Amino acid sequence: MSKWDSPVAPGTPPEPASEGLVADETMALGELLPDGSIPEFDETLHEKPENQWLEMWRSLKANRAALVSLIFIAFLALLAVIGPYITPYNPIETNMANALKPPSAQHWFGTDQLGMDIFSRVIAGTRVSLTVGLLAVSIALTVGIILGAVAGYAGGWVDTVIMRVMDMMLSVPSILLAITLMAALGKGIDKAVVAIGLVSIPEYARIVRGSILSIKENDYVAAAHVVGLSDSRIILRHVLPNALSVIIVRATLGISSAVLDTAALGFLGLGVQPPQAEWGDMLGRARGFIFQAPHTLLFPGMAITATVLAFNLLGDGLRDALDPKARIK
Amino acid sequence: MTEPLLQLRHLSKFFVVERSLLGRTISVLKAVDDLSFDIMPGETFGLVGESGCGKTTVGKMLVNLYRPTAGRILYQGTDLTGLPARERRRYCRDIQLIFQDPYASLNPRMTVGDIVAEPIRVNRLLPRDKVDDRVGYLFNAVGLSANYRNRFPHEFSGGQRQRVGIARALAMEPKLIVCDEPVSALDVSVQAQVLNLLAELSVQFGLTYLFIAHGLNVVKHVSDRVGVMYLGRLVEVAPKRDLYRNPLHPYTKALLSAIPVTNPAQRRTRILLEGDVSSPIDPAPGCRFAGRCYAKTGCAGCACDTQLPELVEVSPGHFVACYLHPAVG
Repeated sequence: MSKWDSPVAPGTPPEPASEGLVADETMALGELLPDGSIPEFDETLHEKPENQWLEMWRSLKANRAALVSLIFIAFLALLAVIGPYITPYNPIETNMANALKPPSAQHWFGTDQLGMDIFSRVIAGTRVSLTVGLLAVSIALTVGIILGAVAGYAGGWVDTVIMRVMDMMLSVPSILLAITLMAALGKGIDKAVVAIGLVSIPEYARIVRGSILSIKENDYVAAAHVVGLSDSRIILRHVLPNALSVIIVRATLGISSAVLDTAALGFLGLGVQPPQAEWGDMLGRARGFIFQAPHTLLFPGMAITATVLAFNLLGDGLRDALDPKARIK
Repeated sequence: MTEPLLQLRHLSKFFVVERSLLGRTISVLKAVDDLSFDIMPGETFGLVGESGCGKTTVGKMLVNLYRPTAGRILYQGTDLTGLPARERRRYCRDIQLIFQDPYASLNPRMTVGDIVAEPIRVNRLLPRDKVDDRVGYLFNAVGLSANYRNRFPHEFSGGQRQRVGIARALAMEPKLIVCDEPVSALDVSVQAQVLNLLAELSVQFGLTYLFIAHGLNVVKHVSDRVGVMYLGRLVEVAPKRDLYRNPLHPYTKALLSAIPVTNPAQRRTRILLEGDVSSPIDPAPGCRFAGRCYAKTGCAGCACDTQLPELVEVSPGHFVACYLHPAVG
């Protein structure tokens, strides 16, 4: 069909719009110049094409609490990587002669009931908490996105079946469900990851389904159908990218609850096994000494609190940054 | 005599509003009810009616966004309604849609260049290395600088976005384009530009349009023939001149009287319809317009309230469905 053939020879770039023509500032966009030509885009009159991530970063920076949280989380991540090599003492070395010592110059956070250095153990515990948090959220996110996307996009009985199963999981308190799973799977940190990941699937499935239900009503999704795209391509290219901001926020907040759940399982003695250091486990084992030596609980407790708080504040900041209406200018 | 490009035969689309527990249909919304008309190659057929009369539903059935409840869509003699999904999708290429809302019909996460290129890439309409040239060509064809292609939709005005939407439709190299109120979301000053563009493109690419609008003023400029819809039914079809000079259906007369007059000295008699549009859910027997008809009294013995009038050709090419006309009955 010749009429559709491009007059531009293959390989040569389409001719640039005539130079020197500059759109009048007062002219509405989309208007043609009097001679019928297209006004040249003047970079000085319009903002540069904004990368949405750049825009998000700018707005996140303006949020003091979120920025501090981000720096703190980066610091935690660094500790998780190099922590075990920089601890002043071996975090699993006992020294009964030196047990339950209050904080001092030798032991900044004091020692616990077995004489282990709490400062070293808190640092070593960072790796466990962050790894479990990230892995559990990754599991929950992957499965949750798939289930939520399919349920939201397909609708009908597929939606009903998937979401009713999610409702059933939500009807049991998540920590109880995690404990039950641990009972079935056995003790151990790897099982804790699986358990925490599985119990938080419904949250993600729900949030993804919800945003997909609203996104798929958009005309651009209909337009994608009209130009003959397949359903999977429409989900991946047109629906999910527009749900991304919601998912990122949810995942950030999800890490904090995963860290908390890890600590809870550790506290109950179901997570990491001694003598490995883990914040929740440290709390659980030291709780008998709360009046005698409160520092044994104070420092691991503070580590948990600070980490959870940081992820929560970052999540809140991200939500504001990704929501154009709430964006701080 | 040339063959019609598109023939609609007794096309209907009903939506089930309510089902009983056992799945029996309790009430039905008749969005489009027994619609028949032809579109000749190269012509612009205007479809007019107020909000909710089903005109958009007609467009969506043509581009396979809705599946007709009954009736046939004959495209170049092939019945599209009977085709299996895969075969049906092949005709997407020939029939394209331009959306009403240029703000909702472009994916905010994709560059406008990608939006236009995607149909070409996914449907493999051109070899990979030719896609870029074609996109540039299409941008120029719709009056946009090809330099804009790496920008995101939010950087454009409504008129420019609509041009992108038109370029996306053109990317499929269609023969028929359904324009679903393409200018009603635009400023009046930009409306004319887009209408002129559509007229130019129809000459350049030999396009046929089904032009959907809610008022007769826009349609007057672009259409060759006009169909007037009221509550899912076609009440009058005529060549444009006939319809504007000699409207036969009371509803058409009312619509015509609603066109603003530009000359303040010119007097016009405005026909004000009383009452609300009756609900398309489980409509009463009889003419759909009977409840608001101001001319009904002139026809005491007519079946207005008991029987649906059929479209009858009262003069060459001029069809009307009203018992008040002596030829109908």
